[in-house]
Amino acid sequence: MIGASSIRKEGRAKVLGTAIYTDDKFMPGALHGLTVRSEVPRGILRAIHFGEGIPWEEFTCVTAEDIPGTNLVASVVDDQPFLIGIGEEITHSQQAVLLLAHPDKFLVEKARRAVRLEIEELPAVLDIQSSLDLQPLIYGTNNLLKEIRIAKGDPDPIWAQAAHVIEGEYRTGAQEQMYIEPNAMLSVVEPRDGLLQVTVWGSLQCPYYVHGALRQLFGLPEKQVRVVAMEMGGAFGGKEDYPSVNGGHAALLAWKSGKPVRLIYDREEDLACTTKRHPSRTRLRTAFDAEGNLLALEADFILDGGAYATLSPVVLSRGAVHAASVYRCPHVRIHARAVATNTPPPGAFRGFGAPQSLFAMERHMDVCARKLGLDAVELRRKNFLHMGDTMATGQVIREDLDLAGLMDQALAAIGYRDKRAAFALTNPGDGPIKRGVGFSVFMHGCGFTGNGESHVASVAGVEGLADGTVAVLAASTEMGQGKNTVFAQIVAEALQLPVELVDTAPVDTDHVPNSGPTVASRSTMMVGRILEDAAIGFKLALVQQGFLVEPYTPESFQAAVVKAVATLGTLRCYGQYHRPPNIQWDDVTYQGDAYPTYSWACYAAEVAVDLDTFEVKVADFVAVQEVGRVVNPTLAAGQIEGGVAQGIGWGLWEEVTMQRGRMINNQMTNYIIPTSVDLPRIQVVFLENAHAGGPGGAKGIGELPMDGPAPAVVNALENALGALRLDEVPMTPDRLLERCEEVSHG
Amino acid sequence: MLTKNAAGVKARKRLCMTVNGRAVEIEIDIRESLLDVLRDRLQFTGVKQGCSVGECGACTVLLDGTPVNSCIYLATWAHGKAVVTIEGLAQDGKLTPVQEAFVDEGAIQCGFCTPGVVLSTTAMVDSGKCFTHDEVRRELSGHLCRCTGYQKIVDAAERALREADIAADEHPV
Ligand code: FES
Ligand code: FES
Repeated sequence: MIGASSIRKEGRAKVLGTAIYTDDKFMPGALHGLTVRSEVPRGILRAIHFGEGIPWEEFTCVTAEDIPGTNLVASVVDDQPFLIGIGEEITHSQQAVLLLAHPDKFLVEKARRAVRLEIEELPAVLDIQSSLDLQPLIYGTNNLLKEIRIAKGDPDPIWAQAAHVIEGEYRTGAQEQMYIEPNAMLSVVEPRDGLLQVTVWGSLQCPYYVHGALRQLFGLPEKQVRVVAMEMGGAFGGKEDYPSVNGGHAALLAWKSGKPVRLIYDREEDLACTTKRHPSRTRLRTAFDAEGNLLALEADFILDGGAYATLSPVVLSRGAVHAASVYRCPHVRIHARAVATNTPPPGAFRGFGAPQSLFAMERHMDVCARKLGLDAVELRRKNFLHMGDTMATGQVIREDLDLAGLMDQALAAIGYRDKRAAFALTNPGDGPIKRGVGFSVFMHGCGFTGNGESHVASVAGVEGLADGTVAVLAASTEMGQGKNTVFAQIVAEALQLPVELVDTAPVDTDHVPNSGPTVASRSTMMVGRILEDAAIGFKLALVQQGFLVEPYTPESFQAAVVKAVATLGTLRCYGQYHRPPNIQWDDVTYQGDAYPTYSWACYAAEVAVDLDTFEVKVADFVAVQEVGRVVNPTLAAGQIEGGVAQGIGWGLWEEVTMQRGRMINNQMTNYIIPTSVDLPRIQVVFLENAHAGGPGGAKGIGELPMDGPAPAVVNALENALGALRLDEVPMTPDRLLERCEEVSHG
Repeated sequence: MLTKNAAGVKARKRLCMTVNGRAVEIEIDIRESLLDVLRDRLQFTGVKQGCSVGECGACTVLLDGTPVNSCIYLATWAHGKAVVTIEGLAQDGKLTPVQEAFVDEGAIQCGFCTPGVVLSTTAMVDSGKCFTHDEVRRELSGHLCRCTGYQKIVDAAERALREADIAADEHPV
């Protein structure tokens, strides 16, 4: 079962149109909810005026004053209010101030436009540099949401001695997740047995995050809050932390109105106000000896964290740990900061900080190769990490790592040498099309950074059902990545059953334990491993209690489960995460095993640039990765292909344009994601290498493909166009034209 | 429920059409899109809403056999026409070859774009025409998919077209 391309469990329902997404849930009499937001980036809310011509008495209106519990969204740091009250400070342009609900969706939209907010504007911080300069101070004592330092050796004495010191600055823009299903919530709040019962059905990645947020918002015990994850139309991190906000809003409206409430964002609202990838600025300083060996590395890594901390501390942490990338370096200093600005808070997006710092490092390696007069392939080959080397956090590589082999395979597959030689001959010609080929080598840490897994202490289980089949009990959600199928395969393998006999239980906090958030490429490796334990425990229990005799057939197993359920009632077995003894991490010094293991990859891209329009076409793309054992090759390839598409989009086209702290291209017409005609066929290669961590040796896979495409594509642009200041993504036609003009104007 | 539009004018109208082969007669608000009517009044929730402005293709239905974005198509315009939604493809639970190709090729991830892409592919297959690889990619370019990178979607569409072609050769009409 592990290693087979089992058919997607919920594929049939999705292709029949019977899969139920949040807005599809039948709920007669539901009101339509809407959110009224501030439109200025910073100020004090003085008054809310309800305009004329609207039957306000028919509306349910919720303001900060109505909140029954705590007006703070439960997160890493509880600093973000659900709603801003009169006299309080508005800190970004999409801040929710008032919630409205009415049975008529046309009228509720009209009502939103009739509300006028009286706001006393204050000067705002809208970019990283103003935040660092405290112009003005807007958050805490220093505008920092989080600061991290990682040190290994001492780079200071090296700069003067080294043969070469090369510096560079790199920037990456915000990126929208652009799941095709916008954020959606449905809530009912009603008394049951004399107690208030809050229920939210939603498009959400982390049911227990929303559960915690609702408990705090209403001041209710665990049992009185229920969160159900519906079928989800994509997420990519975009439904990791934000659902705590809109889930709370929907529940507030349902509670005040006493009716079911739908809170479905339209695309423009979703783009303008929900989380994005953090914009970044990275300054790198590297020292090399005369042969090109890396001696020292200093990274100043900054993320624009927006108005509240949200997930910035953890995004920063992953970005910081990945800043030194796949290279051996004796002296490293990483200074990472997430700064506050008066913009809607960014959050999780596939890659979670790593794509930003890896873009910088992989671009920088090509720049260094050029400045050192070395080949970009050979410079990397000299400096790769190997078994026994230590990374920036002091983590020792314990696996037999062959990055050079990985790189050579990717380069051979794309025909790197031949293409370089051919383009060197054709590019100097007069034609407007210039071609180039480039690559990146990178890693992605699997699971949470540092002690994250120990803090969450995930629980997952299996349950025997009356018909003799087995259900997987976990709060991990299906967002299209294939969790339903992969979990079933893992449990089926552990129980030696056909995969048809195992399915996942609906993700409902009343029914499934907290297996942790569905993030960080952790579900297969971390939760899968717990499920393996739970399944084996389940089987042993059946044997010990005399229901099952080994060896067994699927039929006798099924019969045993039927009998056991009939005799005992419920039949469940749970497993829990235990930290492997050889994994150590210190949250204060940032030293130790930042991740239990890493996935490794080399991506190579061929581009064609049209110098008449500055449009870039990606003509060929190869993705070679080592992700341990592949549980389901078709689903895994789908993850890589989709991630590469998003990575290419981030590298070339996907630009969030901000004006006064507000996204102004908040439509699918002017925020451009790749379509079927914009992408080449992506060659996906998996190099297997069994690792002890995950089930059957699986590692994380979901985020890895986001890290490599942008630097590979931009490195290819340098090959096509020569030495330009290619230091930023997205490298849109405008930006590319500007960079070319810099050179021609000297 | 409102019976007047913003200007205070009576804004209701009777609409007759067929949906998935069955006659439907219903009173609607003239401001409603075909998408609104299919989803909110008739519970054909397989029709998805991703943008409401004709950009993503998630709301695609077949109107007299032609794919249209139902979000920017006023319901009243569908009067007298035949609408097919994703719910209308499989007969007695048996998937069509196009649906089967999508499941088998791994062309479905989150599934939110799936109904639309499957209907557009169905229209291509039903047209009886041949499509080159580039034409398939172009035909499907009105459907945004954020999950798959399109590769397996294109594979599934090409497989469905190929199989239809073989079937047509075997049973010429
Ligand atoms: S919802 Fe109709 S095209 Fe997007
Ligand atoms: S499968 Fe998710 S948008 Fe296409």
